[in-house]
Amino acid sequence: MSLVLSDSLQATVNALTDTFTDKLIEVYQSSGDTFIRIEADANIEILSFLKKEQHYVYLTDVFGIDRYTSDERFEVVYNITNLRDRERLMVKVRVEEENPTLRSATEVWSSANWHEREVYDMFGVYFENHPDLRRIYLPQDFEYHPLRKEFPLLGIPGSIDLPNTTPDTE
Amino acid sequence: MKLEGIDAKVKPEFFEQHQRDIYRSLEDKHTFIEEIDDDDPLNAKMVLNMGPQHPATHGVLRLVLQLKGELIEKTKLDIGYLHRGVEKIAENKTYQEFMPYTDRMDYLSPYSNNVALCTAVEKIANVEVPERAHYIRMICCELARISSHLLWLGTMVMDSGAISFFLWTFREREKIYDIFDQVAGHRFTVSHSRIGGVASDFTDSAVAIIKEFITGFPKELADYHKLLDRNRIFIDRNEGVGVLPSEKALDLGATGPVLRATGYALDQRIINPYARYSEVDFEVPTRLEGDNLARYFVRMEEMSQSIEIIKQCFEKMPKGPVRTDNAKQAYPSKDEVYYSMEGMIHDFMMTDTGICPPTGSECYHAIESPKGELGYYIQSDGTGHPWRLKLSVPSFRNLQVLEQVLDGEMVADTVVIIGGMDPVLGESDK
Repeated sequence: MSLVLSDSLQATVNALTDTFTDKLIEVYQSSGDTFIRIEADANIEILSFLKKEQHYVYLTDVFGIDRYTSDERFEVVYNITNLRDRERLMVKVRVEEENPTLRSATEVWSSANWHEREVYDMFGVYFENHPDLRRIYLPQDFEYHPLRKEFPLLGIPGSIDLPNTTPDTE
Repeated sequence: MKLEGIDAKVKPEFFEQHQRDIYRSLEDKHTFIEEIDDDDPLNAKMVLNMGPQHPATHGVLRLVLQLKGELIEKTKLDIGYLHRGVEKIAENKTYQEFMPYTDRMDYLSPYSNNVALCTAVEKIANVEVPERAHYIRMICCELARISSHLLWLGTMVMDSGAISFFLWTFREREKIYDIFDQVAGHRFTVSHSRIGGVASDFTDSAVAIIKEFITGFPKELADYHKLLDRNRIFIDRNEGVGVLPSEKALDLGATGPVLRATGYALDQRIINPYARYSEVDFEVPTRLEGDNLARYFVRMEEMSQSIEIIKQCFEKMPKGPVRTDNAKQAYPSKDEVYYSMEGMIHDFMMTDTGICPPTGSECYHAIESPKGELGYYIQSDGTGHPWRLKLSVPSFRNLQVLEQVLDGEMVADTVVIIGGMDPVLGESDK
């Protein structure tokens, strides 16, 4: 499929192709948004390159996708914004189902902190060098990662003790 | 030196691991870890738990503050008390069925949330929206913005000590509720927007009541300005409080009025215009100070800009249909459903299967909600249910900023700063 890129995005893609030839896997568009997929081991290098050299200074979001039956099951997407040229770019990395680990983007943007905690909470993807990798929504005692596709819609009964609903008698 | 006592002092009755980890991470927040007992003969240091049921935290927000006297040394936020798993719910519903859940995300401005979902689905499924529907959406979104900012104004001013102000802003909010009652049939959770348009056109009485509101509201706004702009107590409580420096704002991921109060004019209505925002003139108010007072001025200015947008929308709004006339993409009108066989079948198909975006397509679309950039990422597998629907919510990002901003502030200013950030926990907890 041919790409329809604006000048700024074209320049970014060219710069990425020149600098990280081996690490860039694909560039594609869907519904008018531009996505690039990169090797998981180069995520920090490419993200800090995009921030420092290509003006993608604002990290909007980091989120996970469960591809379930496919190889390299989990996908982590960095949603970054270029404030100078008003462009948005989605950077994707894929990780394996066994021991999914990525390097944390908190060294590039501090705001990645909570977003990566959310990905960890919902999908169980670990982030190395994260300053405070705790679950963000669910209690630490919870054993499952609910946005994985195998987690049932109604939850797992009895997985954690819920607070006592009857008043203390002491 | 590792702080010893804290594990022994915490005796949680439930979610034990969770409570212990919070206290440990409070210790680890900065690189140094200090001993609480040495050099503190007056016992000035303490850990204060605020919330989740504290009335000034605007919802079920829990703050764990480490204090030294009246000064906050470190803060940790604990969110998730209102976690309902709406992203999981969305994966098991059709796009239209998911709409009522969006009302309950940012429940202070439900209309913006409806529009955010609809615009994202329309983008991924290539649905054309009639011109008039765009203008109806814009008018209602701006009314929702005013409604949300009025609640912020009332509660924030109440947090800084003026109780009666809350009643005056709620009198105006009541008028907006009446408008939504006329427009959508619901006062609070409207669910009025539809994929491919809106549910119903404005009635004459709805137009009249909106026009009455936009003529009367600027006078009220001027009164608010008169009361607060040079009010010594209000300024003393807000100036220089909760400062977010411009250089840190982007790095910390602030959004909406919190970001604009630090000098960045980042507004999705300008940088990525949706609906017909490219055809109306308005300004994006910014301030440079980054403190609570700056946020006040930015939001007040936004309300008067919203009134200007609504006025222009009424001038430019064409006549015509309010929902796309393609039964494969949007619900048919009730007339068709009741009086024709095809209409009935299409209505059933829309309810049962819903709209099916192309297999493997994905999109991200963001709107400017009152709190900031509200984005929906949708990935489709070709069925009527999204494979993945991710909500990118502004309150979540602003709460992350709050955790950093509170360090070094006075404990008495905590509630004012929370009020200035204007988080909605229904949204941030998802």
